[in-house]
Amino acid sequence: MTATTTEPLSSSAHDEHVARLAPVLTARHVSIEYEVDPPVRAVDDVSLTLHRGEILGLAGESGCGKTTLAYGLNRLLKPPAILRSGEVTFHDADGTDVDVVSLTGDALRAFRWDKVSMVFQGAMNSLNPVISVRKQLGDVLTTHRPQMDRKERAERSAELLRLVGVDPARLDSFAHELSGGMRQRVMIAMAMALNPQVMIMDEPTTALDVVVQRGILREIMRLRERFDFAVVFITHDLPLLLEISDRIAVMRAGQIVELDTSESIYARAQHPYTRQLLNSFPSLTGDRGSFVRTGAAAEEETS
Amino acid sequence: MTDTDTTETPTPSSAAPSAATPSTPSTPSTPAPRSGVRQMLPSMSGKLLAGLVLIGAIVLFAVVGPFVTQDPRSSANDAMLPPQAGHWLGTTSLGYDVLAQLAEGARGSLVVGVTAGLVAILLALLFGVVAGYLRGWTDEFLSLVTGIMLVIPGLPLMIVVASYLQVRSLWVVALILGVTAFAGPAVVLRSQARSLRVRDYVSAARVAGEKTPRIIGVEVLPNLLPLLASQFLFAIVLAILGEAGLSYLGLGPNGSITWGTMLNEAQGGGALTRGAWWWFVPPGLMIALFGTGLSLVNFAIDEIVNPKLRLAPAAAKSVREARKAGKDKLGRRATGSHDVAEKERVDA
Amino acid sequence: MKFYARRIAFYAVTLWAAISLNFFIPRMLPGDPFSILMAKLQRAGGIPAGTENSIRLLLGAAEDQTLWEQYVTYWKNVLTGNLGVSVTNFPAPVTELIGDAIPWTLGLVGTATIISFVLGIGLGAFAGWKRGTWVDSLVPSTTMLQSLPYFWVALVLIFVFAVSLQWFPIIGAYDVFHFNGPEWSWAFVGSVLYHAFLPALTIVISSVGGWLLGMRNMMVSTLSEDYVTTAEAKGLRPRRVFTTYAMRNAALPSLAGFGVSLGFVVAGSLVMEQVFTYPGVGKLMITAVRNNDYALMQGVFLVITLAVLAALFLMDLIYGFLDPRTRHHD
Repeated sequence: MTATTTEPLSSSAHDEHVARLAPVLTARHVSIEYEVDPPVRAVDDVSLTLHRGEILGLAGESGCGKTTLAYGLNRLLKPPAILRSGEVTFHDADGTDVDVVSLTGDALRAFRWDKVSMVFQGAMNSLNPVISVRKQLGDVLTTHRPQMDRKERAERSAELLRLVGVDPARLDSFAHELSGGMRQRVMIAMAMALNPQVMIMDEPTTALDVVVQRGILREIMRLRERFDFAVVFITHDLPLLLEISDRIAVMRAGQIVELDTSESIYARAQHPYTRQLLNSFPSLTGDRGSFVRTGAAAEEETS
Repeated sequence: MTDTDTTETPTPSSAAPSAATPSTPSTPSTPAPRSGVRQMLPSMSGKLLAGLVLIGAIVLFAVVGPFVTQDPRSSANDAMLPPQAGHWLGTTSLGYDVLAQLAEGARGSLVVGVTAGLVAILLALLFGVVAGYLRGWTDEFLSLVTGIMLVIPGLPLMIVVASYLQVRSLWVVALILGVTAFAGPAVVLRSQARSLRVRDYVSAARVAGEKTPRIIGVEVLPNLLPLLASQFLFAIVLAILGEAGLSYLGLGPNGSITWGTMLNEAQGGGALTRGAWWWFVPPGLMIALFGTGLSLVNFAIDEIVNPKLRLAPAAAKSVREARKAGKDKLGRRATGSHDVAEKERVDA
Repeated sequence: MKFYARRIAFYAVTLWAAISLNFFIPRMLPGDPFSILMAKLQRAGGIPAGTENSIRLLLGAAEDQTLWEQYVTYWKNVLTGNLGVSVTNFPAPVTELIGDAIPWTLGLVGTATIISFVLGIGLGAFAGWKRGTWVDSLVPSTTMLQSLPYFWVALVLIFVFAVSLQWFPIIGAYDVFHFNGPEWSWAFVGSVLYHAFLPALTIVISSVGGWLLGMRNMMVSTLSEDYVTTAEAKGLRPRRVFTTYAMRNAALPSLAGFGVSLGFVVAGSLVMEQVFTYPGVGKLMITAVRNNDYALMQGVFLVITLAVLAALFLMDLIYGFLDPRTRHHD
């Protein structure tokens, strides 16, 4: 646990890039702790700004706190996690600012999914097994858009499924009748139902094979271009982030150690840990066996 | 009726890093790993302690009691005496000392209960674990028998059997109880055995050429131990209740004294109408206390088999305590009222 | 569909097994029930030859037929609804006696069980929802409740409320001094309800604990599932999360396990009817046992088994409706 705030390593290119963007979600000095014995600080004094329409990648190994941070931003922390300190502000498109941390009761419920939605890790179990897809898509609409009548809801649900490339006839299916890829697409459709301004995606493709993964990622990119929502993309797969995101935040042991544009990180990663991460992925084009034999650039390894 | 159905025996925390358990370099959320057997033992808690104390006290009473009390079959005392010096629990309508009968009855009931439990578990191992592991026709047949025994109502069947037998010893009654009670545990054990069969270490043993009996004994059974223990305790409770019912109906062991026979004689001797509460309250109370003790221990075992049962409430509690200590930002809002915090289910 | 077909086939096999058990048990066990019964009947004045023959068949003392022939005849009798003649209420046929008793048992035990089930599941769900709060400390007391023998609870209730306080009647289904037999009048219905109160209370007290605990544990498990987190993230009202996402999933094992609990309910009510002298099938069976009226006893056993199977099938239908996964796989 550090007593001082460590600023993440960055670059001037990053600052220039950011200056042209408008923020949509700002987190300041967020600390999240797990109340176990002894307490564990999972997120340590993290400050982060998400801008309108951008894709921010959040990378790091298992256990670094990226999922916890995401849950914290979204007010989804479950016991034994608590928010020790910090502010989270949502800058609505209509100009108002919402203090996410102080939302309660109905205001919180209205905020959820409408402004910020989430696609969870491993859609295997994220769908209710005993009700149909139609009902699960539908209850988002009945809760947040009560003025819609049944016909409108049915149309919207069908439209959402089409958007993600799933046959609308699947509306009456149950979760166990869908393949993994289809389930994940349904989750994405569900996340899009209210046209949110921010979508947090927690390892949305980790459990799927690469072909399906590509399909889903393309779907996400397409939707984002069309609807212009911001995305926080959480994954341990750094090379993937290099491909799809505008900026990347590298997390380690609860802190953001580097925050920069993808190009900068690819070309000139500054933090040793970032470099270590980058070197941990075998390359398709490098010399055969060089990854294993040289072992993640042993000279550059630091603790 | 605790639910120990198809919950998995605890494997190291599941692959998906959920928000609940971090696997940071210093893993303080679980204590330092304990060695093999100790890891499987339940950690001491209030419930467990209470359960063990209850069981221990009653077993002690059953073992030592008959030596220090009067002769339960001596009717030399005055009849229907309320509790007093010399007869701490009074006497029955025939002059027997109730406390002495209670102690002797404890022996009878416990012997029947434990024996029946053993019979039930051994049969459950056969019909459950063997069937679940071997699959195929053996499984189909054994499962069919188990299913039938599960569905046919137990007490009526026991009544039919017991009524044809004129002479019933403690052991025969225990046997009947055990045979009619094995089906429930068998079903639970079978589903566990089936799921264990496809675990990697079992497949590895098979590929390595280990013989089936050895695999079942060495790889499968030890992992079923918590479940087995839980089902065994459960079976004992049921057997004692069952024996009490049978004895109450006059179909219990002839010539022995159990808590059930005491209740039978109590009603027959007019304890109710004559207000002799000291006669019929103690036996039933003992049954209830012993059953409670076993159930409490079962609870602790349940929490091993299904860690969510222990972790979720403990987690919610520790968060509340942190809130009270002012550590949670969400709890320190302007409203500050407890109710507001409670209303939001999710953000704990 | 395949799911239901399999279940029906299973119940048919079980019924066959129960009837066969009825046939074989008297023949397999040591002792000579036939002589015992005949001795009793001779003392009471003897019986006609036809009845004696049917008793021989029932108890395995028919010397002129092979085992197989006896088995076939036995089956013929059962399938034509001939369960024999009761020797205690001679010459009333067994089916008639059972027919008189069934409504009482179904009414009392059936209603009380449903009340207990609904109450148990509801309270259990609530206890699970409030995990980690003071509600948790009630759990051990519920454990104690679950360990109480049905009939002991009945005895205590009678002692306290009927004998001591005299608030409720001790025995019977209705006031036999007042009414000659069942009749359709409000007074009669009132009397029935009045007499049914303590027995029903006994059933509810003794069985609610089991369902409560099972449901509570399932609820705690279910609340940590991903789909519940998703539901909360979607901003759904807590009530909807509680019912449609948590309870509907958590209740499934309890429903599935209803079949097993039914056995305990039957056992408990059987003895309880004896305590309250309630004129249901339970008391009928015990009276039969006391009088060595084997035909009646076995008849009641078959009817109870049949009723249990029917209830289980009903449960299967309900479960299949609630859990779509069973409809699609097997």
